[in-house]
Amino acid sequence: MSDLPSTVPEHKAGYILAGIPHAAELKLTVVELKAGEAVCKVPYAEHLIGNPDTRVIHGGVITALLDNTCGIAVGTKTRLQGQIATLDLRIDYMKPATPDQDILAFAECYKVTKNIAFVRGVAYHTDRNDPIATCAAAFMLGTKSQRGANVPGGG
Amino acid sequence: MEIIRRAIAEGKKPDLQQLVDAIPYCKFLGIEVDRKGTELTTILRFDKKLIGNPVLPALHGGVVGAFLEVTAVIQLMLEAESEELPKPVDIGIDYLRSGRPVDTYARAIVTKQGRRVCNVRAEAWQDEHTRPIAALHGHFLIKPRETA
Repeated sequence: MSDLPSTVPEHKAGYILAGIPHAAELKLTVVELKAGEAVCKVPYAEHLIGNPDTRVIHGGVITALLDNTCGIAVGTKTRLQGQIATLDLRIDYMKPATPDQDILAFAECYKVTKNIAFVRGVAYHTDRNDPIATCAAAFMLGTKSQRGANVPGGG
Repeated sequence: MEIIRRAIAEGKKPDLQQLVDAIPYCKFLGIEVDRKGTELTTILRFDKKLIGNPVLPALHGGVVGAFLEVTAVIQLMLEAESEELPKPVDIGIDYLRSGRPVDTYARAIVTKQGRRVCNVRAEAWQDEHTRPIAALHGHFLIKPRETA
């Protein structure tokens, strides 16, 4: 399906997020990248707090992290980075994030069709089997100028 | 949160703009609350930092999702008698149109209020209310007042 190398050097991973203003605001970085899989990280920050009593990060940050990580996982399988759009995103919140700890997200793009990519993901601190949240998402491929253009090697 | 506890002690609803301003992430996103009686509209002022796709350009899907989630929580703070900020259990977001780099508005409807769990729907739009850019449905845990 993909002829991408199984791992991507760090500078290449950084490049993917360099042009996304909101990802930069969250200090979102790509930690691991493989064909169909991505791991991203958002470091704990005071301005991301959702409840000042508990200092827990806002659910919206998890939403943004999962959405972006899923999009990157799709990008590794389609070469349409920047020309994909989230169609729907469902998130289940399992437990509050722990204050002062970085949040990681793993996403796996498990199916790509001509128009749609399907992804599942999980947000966690250190153990993927102890999730903060899980998600399932569908992405539209080839938005704008590249409609229906999921041709391997194209784009 | 202090604002909620104080409002409950005074037998009032908390000031929703003050509540939003007390939540660092909402302040960071720049969310405003426009309350006209029981009608609530939230406003997400456009800022470059909210962009997720600089090519189109379009708002970050996570930002739109977060905005809808906050809208649902604020609506619950108005309608449900919760001692704490409602916690999301699960949310589903349909992305309907790309969010253009302009102000975005949202409204939420509490479709069912249970003792512990509430069902909420929310919609976000930009210029035209009839052309929503995203819709959310979700379940939220509330903490009912013990003395109620």
